[in-house]
Amino acid sequence: MRDAFAAEITELATEDARLVLLSGDIGNRLFERYKQRHPDRFLNCGVAEANMISMAAGMALSGLRPVAYTIAPFVTTRCLEQIRVDLCYHNLPVVIVGVGAGLSYASLGGTHHACEDIALLRVLPNMSIVCPGDAMEVRLAIRAALGQERPIYIRLGKKGEPAVHERPPEFVIGKGIVLRQGSDVCLLSTGTVLPLALAAATRLERDGVSAQVVSFHTVKPLDERLLTDVAGRIPLVVTIEEHSVLGGLGGSVAEWLADGPSRGVRLLRIGTADEFMHGGGEQEHAREHFGLTAEKVAERTLATLGVIGRR
Amino acid sequence: MSHRAKTPHLGSALSCVDILVAVYWATLRIDPRNPRDRERDRFILSKGHAVSALYAALAYRGFFPVAQLETFNEAGSALAEQPSPACVAGLELATGSLGHGLSVGLGMAFAGRLAGLRHRVVVLMSDGECNEGSVWEAALLGASLKLGQVATIVDYNKWQATGRSNEIMALAPLREKWEAFGWSAYEVDGHDLKALVQVLDNVPDGSGKPVAVVAHTVKGKGVSFMEDDNNWHYRSPTAEEVRQARIELDLA
Repeated sequence: MRDAFAAEITELATEDARLVLLSGDIGNRLFERYKQRHPDRFLNCGVAEANMISMAAGMALSGLRPVAYTIAPFVTTRCLEQIRVDLCYHNLPVVIVGVGAGLSYASLGGTHHACEDIALLRVLPNMSIVCPGDAMEVRLAIRAALGQERPIYIRLGKKGEPAVHERPPEFVIGKGIVLRQGSDVCLLSTGTVLPLALAAATRLERDGVSAQVVSFHTVKPLDERLLTDVAGRIPLVVTIEEHSVLGGLGGSVAEWLADGPSRGVRLLRIGTADEFMHGGGEQEHAREHFGLTAEKVAERTLATLGVIGRR
Repeated sequence: MSHRAKTPHLGSALSCVDILVAVYWATLRIDPRNPRDRERDRFILSKGHAVSALYAALAYRGFFPVAQLETFNEAGSALAEQPSPACVAGLELATGSLGHGLSVGLGMAFAGRLAGLRHRVVVLMSDGECNEGSVWEAALLGASLKLGQVATIVDYNKWQATGRSNEIMALAPLREKWEAFGWSAYEVDGHDLKALVQVLDNVPDGSGKPVAVVAHTVKGKGVSFMEDDNNWHYRSPTAEEVRQARIELDLA
């Protein structure tokens, strides 16, 4: 995903002279081409995220289109108040890009896990949140983000995520992409767990369960049209995210359901538990720890369907 | 304004009135009839709690009618106790949370330089504000970027909300700190208009470094019973105190 981001941002900077890339002292080799082509529009802000975000605000107030990039927890939680006051309060077109979503950097420990970032940024007025499902969605998301006139957070994995889309889908911020139709359960996936959701749907099919799969890349604003359609015809909605079950996609859908009319639809939220993870291990191990595997998703979906029955 | 609206921070506002006069009537290249001019000098009041003084400066400088000052902090007024984004013409940044202004100013200066513009960016912060770590993040980056068109003024009145700013955190020696951070650092009497104008007119000062002006000031300046009395960080004056202050300031 980060290679796709680097390639797309280099192209976008060629197209738009207002674009400036700010980095929190990461991505040295990653932005080699960008720096060759646009040396005056690359700024390494050092390990100082608060200043980076406020500087981006100053640039946006002067007509530039800053993109601020560093590791997810540091470009969100570390400088949350700068995002709130300088970007959201002023409603400025700044793109925040966090790399290492969820458990991508599992082995680096809890400091580098980003399982609360969606929840923290989602409550800020004017903020949009997009979690692309594969490298192609990354490219489309960053392009769409720069077409917005307001702050947006784009949450990337790291590198080597499997490609999901063979050709570019229609990508609109706030509009989920239906990858597979189904009638028994709808799997709403946000971010890098998209291949996992598709694999879970394949497994469910073996058990005779028809699963719809949506790349629900935008957590805010919520695609209420899609949700309304799903809740009207499918008895179970499962949210899948590499993020806490509190306050992320699952939380958003739960709030939406609670506010709406009684729809008789059941919600199952799958994500990381409300706890810090300790100990070594890579992303795969961490995902297993939190039950973020296709097997576990299928198993929990079947169990829930067993309780509520199928329509 | 503070009396009518019953707002605090009068001492903090009076502390920087002379600085605002120097900046708005001598230093800044601005045109109140064209407040969004791309090439204008930018001024950021990073110590947003003193915005009553900035509102007055903007009004008397012609950015909006002086009569509007009477609506300060009224329900629904554009002039809130701390400024909201673009609440009046000439207001560059909504502040109130400390430690943001200098960083935003660096971003404006970077954008100006990229566009080949020659405008300057002046940021006024408080000494208490220098407690914030983000100020020193900005100090480090501003120096490495050699943003010589940036000037930050520290309103050094030696008080912060609940005590002496040099006792709460080790601020002194403040000019030397800025110098050590790679800024061209000056020390002036923050109530000496000539001295202020002289140092600010010289920005960029040819050193290639951003400029820091440590302005020694008196909190509550101009009103004998408010001067250097930190109760006026929170108090608002009674009608009788306003009357006395007017006499002292030759406004009676």
